[in-house]
Formats: sequence, C-alpha cells, structure tokens
Amino acid sequence: MATASLPTRPSPATPETALPPSNAKGKAPKTHSRPGFRREQLSGWGMIAPAALLLLAFIFIPAVLGFGLAFTNARLISPRPVEFVGVENFARLFSDPTFYRALLNVAYFTVVIVPVQSGLALVMALLINKKFRGVNFFRTVYFLPVVTSMVVVSLLWLFMYRKDGLINEILAAVSFGLIDGPDWLGDPNTAMPAIIILSIWQAAGFHMIIWLAGLQGISGELYEASQLDGTSRWQQFRYVTWPGLFHTRSLVLVTITIQALGLFDQISVMTQGGPMDSTTTIIYEAVQSGYRQQETSYASAISLVFFVLVLIVSAVQRYLTREKD
Amino acid sequence: MKNQLLLKNAGTMLVRILFAVVAAFPIVFMLVSSLKPDQQIFGDMSSLAAFLPVGNISFDNYTAVFDRVPAARFLLNSVGVSAVTVILGIFVNSLCAFALSRMQVRGKKIVFTAILATLIVPFQTLALPLVWWVNQLPYFELNGFSLEFSKGWLDTYQVQIIPFIANAFSIYLFHQYFESIPKELDEAARIDGAGWFKIYRQVVMPLSGPATATVAILTFLPAWNSYLWPLMVVQSEELRPVMIGIQYFFQLNVSWGEVMAYASLITVPVVVLFIAFQRSFVNSIASSGVKG
Repeated sequence: MATASLPTRPSPATPETALPPSNAKGKAPKTHSRPGFRREQLSGWGMIAPAALLLLAFIFIPAVLGFGLAFTNARLISPRPVEFVGVENFARLFSDPTFYRALLNVAYFTVVIVPVQSGLALVMALLINKKFRGVNFFRTVYFLPVVTSMVVVSLLWLFMYRKDGLINEILAAVSFGLIDGPDWLGDPNTAMPAIIILSIWQAAGFHMIIWLAGLQGISGELYEASQLDGTSRWQQFRYVTWPGLFHTRSLVLVTITIQALGLFDQISVMTQGGPMDSTTTIIYEAVQSGYRQQETSYASAISLVFFVLVLIVSAVQRYLTREKD
Repeated sequence: MKNQLLLKNAGTMLVRILFAVVAAFPIVFMLVSSLKPDQQIFGDMSSLAAFLPVGNISFDNYTAVFDRVPAARFLLNSVGVSAVTVILGIFVNSLCAFALSRMQVRGKKIVFTAILATLIVPFQTLALPLVWWVNQLPYFELNGFSLEFSKGWLDTYQVQIIPFIANAFSIYLFHQYFESIPKELDEAARIDGAGWFKIYRQVVMPLSGPATATVAILTFLPAWNSYLWPLMVVQSEELRPVMIGIQYFFQLNVSWGEVMAYASLITVPVVVLFIAFQRSFVNSIASSGVKG
C-alpha cells in the first residue's frame, strides 16, 4: 500500500499545508502513522457521504440515465420493455420545424437578455455600492422582484400586458395618449419582447448582488489613489472599477446565459409557446413531450441537446473572456 | 463647486428612485389590486388610484381564494417542504463542506471537484430523466408495525424534498466561509479532546451565521418557488405546493382580484422572511467569495 502510493503521493493528501514539494514527499507517509489518522478518514468520509450520495443519486445518475434514455424508446408509464433505438429520437428532433423555431427563440432571448440585464444590474449595483442614508431600503427594493417567484411574476405581468392592461395605460399616460399599446402577448411580434422585459425586471436584482460583491471586493485605496490623480468619475470607472470586476464579469455572464437558455416558467404560465410558436423554447418543448405526452426518451434527447448547447456556449464564453496577458 | 456636487448627488438619488419605482410598481399594484373588486381594478387602471388602496377596499378576494382552492393546505405543504429542505440542506451541505475544508481526508480533492462539476448541469436537463428515475426508486413506509415496501416516488412529499437537499453551490459557499475561520481554533479544541463532530457543531458552525443565512435563503427560494418539478411529479391535490395552485384560477371564470389575492398570499411570506434576513444575506453574499 505504502510503496504503491509513494510515487503519486506529493500533493493530494496535504494540499492545504503548502509545503515545498521536496518536504511534502517526506512528510506524506508520516500522516499515516499520525495518531487519529484513521479516525479522521472515517469521520471525514462519514461527513462527506450524505451530500455525496445524494448528489450521486439525484444528479450524476439522472444525468447518465438521461444520456442513455435518449437512445431508447422509454416512456414514463409503459407496459413495453425499454428498447434501444439508436439515434431515432435525434433524427425526429432534427426534422421538427418547431425545434428550430425553439432554438431561434432562445437565441433571440439570450442575445438580448445577456447584455441588457447584466448592464442594468451593474448600474443598479453602482447606485447602491457606497453607503448613504437609506442604502438598505434601496437594496431591499431592488431585490424584491427576485424574491417574488417567476410564476407569480409571470401571472402578474400576464395581467398587466393585456390590451386594456396597466402597461398600455402607463404608455398612454406618459405619451399623453399618443401611444396605443399592442396586445403584447397576443401578437407574435411583441410576445417575445414582452417576455424579455419581465424577465429582466425579475432577475436583474440577483445579478446586481453579484456585481455588488465584486464592487465591494475592490480595494478602497485604489479609489483614493485615483482621486489624488484627479480622475473623473468615468475615468475612475474605466480604469479602476471595470478591471477590478474581471472575475465577477465572467460569473455574471455565465449565470445569466445559462438561466436565459433554460427559459421555461414564464412561457408555461403566459403564452404556452404561442402565438404561432413565437415564444416556444427548448425546455418548453422537452417538458411538453416528456410530461404531457410522457415520451421520456424523446424529452431526454431534447435535454441532451440542450446540455450540449449550454456546454458549447459556456466554453465559447470562457474562451472569449479568458485572461489575456 | 459645492453646488455642483450637490446637484450631482441629487441626480444620482433621482436615478435611484426611478429604479426603485420600476422595481416596486408591479408588486404594489398586485397588493393593492388584491383588495379591490374586479370592476374597480379596471376602473382605477388609468389613474394613480391603481397603486393606492382607495375606494371599495375589502378582504373579499382573500375569502374567495380560500373557497376556490385549498389554499391553507397548499401553504402548509409549501411551508413543510421548504422548511425540511432548508434544515436538512444546511446540515448535510455544511457537514460535507466542513470535512472538505478542515479535515485531511484522502481523495477529498477529487470529491470536491466532482461536486463542483454538478454546477454545470442545469436542473432542466435533469428534470425529465429524473422523473423516470424517481418512479423506479423503492420506498418504505412504516404502517403500524409492518414495514411496507413499494416502488415509485411519484406523488409523495419526499420526491419534493430529497432530490434538493444536497447542493453544490451551498457546499461551495460553506467551504469558502469555513476557509476564513482560523484553523487554530480546531487545534485548540482537539487538544481539549473534542472530536470532529464536536468541532463542527460547537466551534465552526456557531461562527458561520452569515453563510448559514445565505444558504438558508438560497435553498428556501427555489423550494418555495418550485413549479416545473411539482407540476410533473405531484398529482394529488393534498400534496401540492402553492405555485401549482395558480392553475386553479384559470379553470372557470377568471377573477383577477382573486388571482392577485392568491399571488399576494404566496409572495408576502417570502418578502417578510427576506426583509428579516436581508442584512446578513446581502453582506454574506458580498463577502462569501463569489469573487471567483
């Protein structure tokens, strides 16, 4: 045991102690004989086990299953045994025009949401970054839409988006009656923009908090130094704040994108994919076939395509936002 | 110069207020409308009265809500499911993070990497295979003195709870926070003869209030708000959570006052809870190393 593990020992057991490599090699075997080593292993694994087993059972296994089921004819409740059908589900999927429409809709949604929502969230974070009287009030109010469930938000906006609803009344009021608002969700041209607006309204507060965390992490000394140099507010933002938000930027980008690609709740409550498929999405299609039509295998195929899409988009983003030294 | 600064500050304040109005107006509209009869909701829409509790104000919509749906039952279900998920989630995830952060467990690096890898799998991709999978899982029920065995978790409470207890992001947050607590404290406790669990319970956890509050909120929100999952796995009315109740309001003639009342009913508890925890939540997110 000891001889077999010796060559590969250098770091795994003691990554935290940060000893120089030569020293780590010498120290490693000692930990075996250290009093309490066995007990530490046992209690350590005992503490990790509950979470690890749950993640295994409810994330790893379903993920692998989903991958497998996509190539079968499994149904949720079916008397027939599950059979392997090869790429039949994918062939059907890629010849379905609704699927392409869903892809297009999600792309539209994501391309608008990512810059607009992250930009607005950053503005909100900058507005409440410094301490002032009432800062907690504003932080709370900005965050209120986030604690309101997307389902409730969708319901509320469904009502406000009616032809005779609040949004059109407000538009008419601020334009002195010039704007006669459309039937937002009933018109294929305005349905998706309407969904985009309410989605930003609901979720911007969450990303504001992430930006805020990044802003609080920038050392105050940098600002003081730039003030001594007599920089303008814009210069300060451009040369101190923006570079300081490097890591936060990629975090916000990734979370908004993944969230946008998975668009579902709003669609399910407000439009059911309509009018004329103008708001249908990948996940909505997957749930339609998997849940309503109980075609687990076909839904798994859609989910798999979705997962690959998320991976590709995240990888591209990582590449584009990598540290360029 | 001073006047200029004052003007600038006033301008910033104005922008802040503008954002606050946009963030708040739909919620205020919802709360106010829940107190009005339908006819008045539409009548008030074209004036500021839409945001003011004026006119024919009553709790009639709320009583109607309880007549139309088993709202008390739904609320109870959601409170139960969310509370159990939060409590078990805090325990299981902090325990795991504790071992990963403070103990010299062999292979923990691989385990931690594997745990973090689960973050890249969006729940929506798992949901449908997961429905099939939980339907294959066994389940035991203590009935009197006999242990009954059956297959399939569909239509139960545990299907709404157990898959959501372990969470990689919670483990990550706890881990980051634990790293900031000096390890000398453990050493001292060890010398006093404390076991690992005792160190976890009496040294580390009492110092981790902000992280615990953050994880509590981040676990509670999706549990309370869950919609897609119960829609697929819960059929019996007596097991349904609050979000599913919304469907009931569109079956017969729609009364928007009642819809707004139900929406308020299931939103206000969360808002109250959030305001209570607001300070520690925002602060701990800000300090918990989401800096990457």
